[in-house]
Amino acid sequence: MSRIAQTFARLKAEGKTAFMPFVTIGFPDLDTTAELVPALLDAGANLIELGVPFSDPIAEGPTIQRSSFKALENGITLQKCFETARAIRAKTDAPLLFMGYYNPVFSYGVERYAAECAANGIDGLIIPDLPPEEAAEAQEACRKAGLDLPCFVAPTSTEDRIKAAVTSASGFIYCVSLAGVTGARSALPEYLPTFIGKVRSQTDLPLVLGFGISKPEHFAAVRPLVDGVIVGSALIDVLEKAPAEERTAQAVSFVKTLLNENQNKS
Amino acid sequence: MVQNLNSELSENQSYNMPDAGGHFGTFGGKYAPETVMPALTELEAAYAEAKADPSFAAELADLLRHYVGRPTPLYHARRLSAHLGGAQIYLKREDLAHTGAHKINNALGQALLVKRMGKPRIIAETGAGQHGVATATACAMLGQECIVYMGAVDIERQALNVFRMKLLGAEVRPVTSGSQTLKDAINEAIRDWVTNVQTTHYLIGSSVGMHPYPKMVRDFQAVIGQESRRQSLEQLGRLPDYVLACVGGGSNAIGMFYPFVDDKEVRLLGVEAGGSGVASGKHSATLSAGRVGVLHGSKSYLLQDEQGQVIETHSISAGLDYPGVGPEHSYLKSIGRAEYQAIDDQEALEGFKLLCRFEGIIPALESSHALAQAAKLAPTLSQDKIILVNLSGRGDKDIFTVADEFGVKLK
Repeated sequence: MSRIAQTFARLKAEGKTAFMPFVTIGFPDLDTTAELVPALLDAGANLIELGVPFSDPIAEGPTIQRSSFKALENGITLQKCFETARAIRAKTDAPLLFMGYYNPVFSYGVERYAAECAANGIDGLIIPDLPPEEAAEAQEACRKAGLDLPCFVAPTSTEDRIKAAVTSASGFIYCVSLAGVTGARSALPEYLPTFIGKVRSQTDLPLVLGFGISKPEHFAAVRPLVDGVIVGSALIDVLEKAPAEERTAQAVSFVKTLLNENQNKS
Repeated sequence: MVQNLNSELSENQSYNMPDAGGHFGTFGGKYAPETVMPALTELEAAYAEAKADPSFAAELADLLRHYVGRPTPLYHARRLSAHLGGAQIYLKREDLAHTGAHKINNALGQALLVKRMGKPRIIAETGAGQHGVATATACAMLGQECIVYMGAVDIERQALNVFRMKLLGAEVRPVTSGSQTLKDAINEAIRDWVTNVQTTHYLIGSSVGMHPYPKMVRDFQAVIGQESRRQSLEQLGRLPDYVLACVGGGSNAIGMFYPFVDDKEVRLLGVEAGGSGVASGKHSATLSAGRVGVLHGSKSYLLQDEQGQVIETHSISAGLDYPGVGPEHSYLKSIGRAEYQAIDDQEALEGFKLLCRFEGIIPALESSHALAQAAKLAPTLSQDKIILVNLSGRGDKDIFTVADEFGVKLK
């Protein structure tokens, strides 16, 4: 059983919903990433999604785009991403995933990339521009390396596509909450229960919801529906606005508000 | 004469790419976010249905004839050929098509398809502005809403085309992320599409992107090669020895090459933008100097660094200034059916001047790359050889750039 599967199984038994924050590696700098991830885990995060920066992140809204460009300006290479993963792994047993676009993976060599990820303590890969149709090579490489490779489903996905995604995926299903790019939204769509229900009826894999979730009331609203929640842009936003010396503290405070509010209500 | 799209190909061509998944050998495919994947399937089905419907082909053929002005002429550039002293150069006059470039062939084809699909909103990307103008034109004529994404840097460089698009009723949205050029305009158009996919069609302007775009754009542009092939047989009694076209994303080139693919005696030469020289690193010669990668939804040659990050490109011609290339060109290169060479900025300017002085035609800087390659090639061949060059667009839009290069102040 993979570290990701174990974590979801444990949380399910405890009646909890997993919280998976997203942080771009090297944003606003590598020191922040190194300090932030353990602090987020202490604050209640269960899994961590680490963003590998890319020059052309087509599924990202302005916030994560900016963080990706800034990380590249900071000279973040794949080597530095692997080193960062290794350093974080030394401090925690929590599942770590790399979120990154396919070209850097393909350029590095898919099999070599997966092996290097595994060797540095990464448990899974999230690749937003790799649908099941094109995923065969990555699936094989991940299987060999012992990595999970979740697939995406979106509110626009047809029954056939949901079936293809759940058949192809390992670890969990990444449910995109809305038609759109990443980024905080004021309200979440009303069709979520129907959409999540459609996916749930086709798989036993954990369902994780992402895109647009930014407030405690969002978290509270989706918690009964899914097994995990991803928050990215809203967290990056906090890091962007905080003074350098308060970044980690403000991020932790943001996460606690997000989770505490939820606990109070449950 | 009304025909189904490409019927004259399907009857006698053995070349049959892409496969059902949009793969040209190992190239192409659909590397797209899940949110738009259903829309790609829907588009594929709508396109297949339209392609099989004689009434769609009839409507498009009618517009191509009476609105665009097709067929465009095949013109023997006699003075230029004599000056170069070798092979005879013929020009396929896409510069005479409505809006001044081949882009209208695809814009009109897709806009008609969208009307059929019933989507009320059309978005497009543009670099130099030619595809933006063509799309705005087709939308104005068909009464469709049109939004064009354009890099802020390109908006600055191409003020004339920005104004043309606005005159035609399009909204031009500046893109300020990344390098603020064509690549980023495509990124932003994809983001818009991901967000508004249920109501919106993304009208891609080149033979790039996720399946079915490379195939569909090729098919709409194949009219260039089909006419050229027929005109060659009628006017010359035979096929040309060489067919040349410039390659940025590669739509005019693939439209020209595709109907000749099975004519093994015809050599296909794609001409990329060498910028300040391929060795300088400041160029857009993707097939000459790139390596295989994935950008904008398909696997193809790509200009990228050793980390797999897409790098910024350079060309005097904004229409060729793109780090990727259509997947079918990568395939044709891989099987050795087409060859690709680079022409740098200065050589392109020489090609530009040659056509102005010897033929009284002001070519687009994009097409000037193909002309410059023809000017190199012609003197090495005997006078009975024939070089066909796709003159993909006219050069009015480039007057300010060229004046600048020649040190002339126009404003």
